Amino acid sequence: MPSLKDVKKKIESVEKTKQITKAMNMVASAKLRRAQERIERFRPYADKYYEILKDLSKGVDSSVHPLLEPRPEIKTSCIILITSERGLCGAFNVNLINKATKLVQEKQAKGIAVKMIGVGRKAAQAARKIEGVEVMNSYVGVMDRFDFTLANQIGKEIIKAYEDHMLDEVILVYGQLVTLLRQDPVALQLLPVVQPEGEKEEKSEPKALYMYEPSVEGLLGELLPRFVKVQIYRGLLDTSASEHAARMTAMDTAAKNCEEMIDKLTLAYNKARQAAITAELLDIVGGAEALKG
Amino acid sequence: MASQIKLEIVTPDRVVLSEEVDYVGVPGVMGQFGVLKNHIPYLAALSIGTLYYKKGSETKYVFVSGGFAEVNGDTITILAESAERAEEIDVERAKKAKERAEKRLQQQKEDIDFARAKAALQRALVRLQTRHRAGL
Repeated sequence: MPSLKDVKKKIESVEKTKQITKAMNMVASAKLRRAQERIERFRPYADKYYEILKDLSKGVDSSVHPLLEPRPEIKTSCIILITSERGLCGAFNVNLINKATKLVQEKQAKGIAVKMIGVGRKAAQAARKIEGVEVMNSYVGVMDRFDFTLANQIGKEIIKAYEDHMLDEVILVYGQLVTLLRQDPVALQLLPVVQPEGEKEEKSEPKALYMYEPSVEGLLGELLPRFVKVQIYRGLLDTSASEHAARMTAMDTAAKNCEEMIDKLTLAYNKARQAAITAELLDIVGGAEALKG
Repeated sequence: MASQIKLEIVTPDRVVLSEEVDYVGVPGVMGQFGVLKNHIPYLAALSIGTLYYKKGSETKYVFVSGGFAEVNGDTITILAESAERAEEIDVERAKKAKERAEKRLQQQKEDIDFARAKAALQRALVRLQTRHRAGL
């Protein structure tokens, strides 16, 4: 039986852990709110891009622009993995890394060489560990504070490599915020650009026939690289929001577990205390009896 | 007023502007063009430049860089990588950026650096110009 002092110490330490997890939960929820606001602010911009690209690429052959055209043979594939910087957010990062690892193995089984770019410390660490993968670049320490410049940087790097035929395909793996309690790892093909069309029934006629300046090809040349960056930025924002949502849930569970543990320990403490008192009473009574005798 | 057109300027981080205005002057890659209500549907790439709009007797200026203008009937949407209203422009920062870019241009290292520095210089200059045109 553990001594009273030990149990008391243990209770105190669990109590402190609980305070920390609770604080982390609150911090995560504040950060989540901010991340969600950013997504909201970004949405009009991103939606407009989809819309314009859809209008523009309608009836345009994929051969007009190199970023649209699928390569006849895929030799090298690049996987961009976005995770958080820190752990303590449940299985969030693990899920993302597993998704990426599986994808890598699938590609490798087809004889495709795989390169990776890790965004976030956890992703950078994971990329180094996955077998047979060449790490192109790592962005570490960026997920806590980023803006469109980061998406710009990553976008430029992969577009350049793609245009130089170093890569034939680029896939983005990120965490999508489905609900506050659910974050799914998602793989999205960045390059060649998938034309956002044909999914919904095309009932509505083309809204308007646009006049273009410069030509359609010229515009696509401007628009496609930006579209890639918009998608990367969306991935970054979503991953960041997902991370905070995951951490919130994880910390909430942790705080609850602490409470449970404290309850159990308190019970053990009380039992031990009672046992000690009983033992002492027995001693006294025994002593008194002996004196009488 | 019936003759007004809705101007929306959106960047990845925020909606910079959403207003009913009389006239918009847009810096397209092939030159400045003006937009009034009932303009033909139009899609144009933008250069780094100053956009201005008129509302009543007021004329206001906005710095835009890297983006598109979409005109559709009674709305014009500007999608820009960055956009700042004249009064929001940080003059000190622009001046510093200008100096940095000029220095880099003098050194003339690599082609890529050169192109980037040139773009940075232009952004800084246009920012200052925008501010100047707005009379601030």
